[in-house]
Amino acid sequence: MIRLARLALTTAVVMLVAARGAFAAETLSVQVRSADVRTTPSFLATVAGALAYGQRVAVDERSGSWVRVRTEDGRLTGWVHNSALTRSVVTLRPGETPAQAASSGELALAGKGFNADVEKQFRAANRNVDFSWVDRMERQAVPPARLAAFLAEGGLATGGHP
Amino acid sequence: MNTNARRLFLIGLAALTAAGCRALREVSEVGASVAAATGVITEEQAGSIKRSTEAVGRTFESITPEQEYYIGRTVAATILNMYQPYAHEKANDYVNVLGQALALFSDRPETFGGYRFLILDTDEINAFAAPGGFILVSRGLLRCCPDEDAVAAVLAHEIAHVQHRHGLQAIRRSRLTSALMVLASESAKNLGGQELAELTKTFEGAVQDITATLVNSGYSRSFERQADATAIAILRRAGYDPNGLTAMLNEMARRQKPGGPGFARTHPDPSARAAEARRQITGAANPPAPAQRRERFAEFAKSI
Repeated sequence: MIRLARLALTTAVVMLVAARGAFAAETLSVQVRSADVRTTPSFLATVAGALAYGQRVAVDERSGSWVRVRTEDGRLTGWVHNSALTRSVVTLRPGETPAQAASSGELALAGKGFNADVEKQFRAANRNVDFSWVDRMERQAVPPARLAAFLAEGGLATGGHP
Repeated sequence: MNTNARRLFLIGLAALTAAGCRALREVSEVGASVAAATGVITEEQAGSIKRSTEAVGRTFESITPEQEYYIGRTVAATILNMYQPYAHEKANDYVNVLGQALALFSDRPETFGGYRFLILDTDEINAFAAPGGFILVSRGLLRCCPDEDAVAAVLAHEIAHVQHRHGLQAIRRSRLTSALMVLASESAKNLGGQELAELTKTFEGAVQDITATLVNSGYSRSFERQADATAIAILRRAGYDPNGLTAMLNEMARRQKPGGPGFARTHPDPSARAAEARRQITGAANPPAPAQRRERFAEFAKSI
């Protein structure tokens, strides 16, 4: 009887450990060019580092629309907003810079879709379309500290999406 | 694995075909992975099931944020070919800081390349949200804004169009289908010249569909209503007075010339939008804007 109970207990423990292992393995990929990793789930928190497009991360915890993630080498952990992450696998083609990476997985147009090559081809055929202002717009990224100051000075909410 | 299990799985998958495309794609993907992992079907079979259900489930949703970004760049460049940018550094900086701060309160704060804002040098009352977050706002529309809360309402409405990916939904379905035909040649790791040319043609068509919708025909009333409702939510979260939206729309109603270009043609009547917004704005009134918010707006208004 005792032996049976011990067996059942051992089995339960083994199953629990196995299940835990399976769930802890949830991984997501970065679907934006660069995703900041923050020390707390807020856009105005300290930035601990950044993840590159296509980088795979393990999920440790979720809170609202924030996900606490860990890089595969375990060197970087912290909070990323869920809009920067996808369940799909983003695979980089060899010799390709991350920003021009191709995606694959469930995404139907992925892999060889609209990318830098296509834009280049479009521009060659449409020389009248000037991209210089678009390029200029891209350079106007406002640093988080300035956004925080703007919100605070305006008597507004701070921290962004809960 | 045993034949029965395999047959059961395939029957289940066939039953799922009756379900909606999106649900089908997700469910069968999970199903195929699980079945492969448990040995019911081989990895290869799972792969082919995934591929065929992808083809069924193709919609604008299959466009990745990276592809959306490249479409958005070209849509914005095309519109900037029709309208002159307003080369006023301080004014553009103000809308950029305000807009990027607001985007943090949307449900989609992170796009592939981030949100960017630029003023167009025209009296026309107009604004365009290119996919991925390239947002263009006219001086004419900014002049309808009596305070910063109203400017925030204008920008939040455009952020909402990006969040809901309204632009991508203007792409004709047939284009995505033809893009898929090109991309179906799975063996080719890199596109050959012929395929790249065809894909570029599809890209050009997609950009035209979106630009024509933004400039000429406008979105459906339901998209505009959704964008106003989302704008109110963003304003509330950020701490702005959602009545900024109604104030801006009332001023627009006063200034807009019927039959004129811009919002008069592409958006529902501003008075009707204001009435709808008033119905949605409930609860306690916001405290008055602090001096610094009023002062920085006054400085901006001088340049508009």
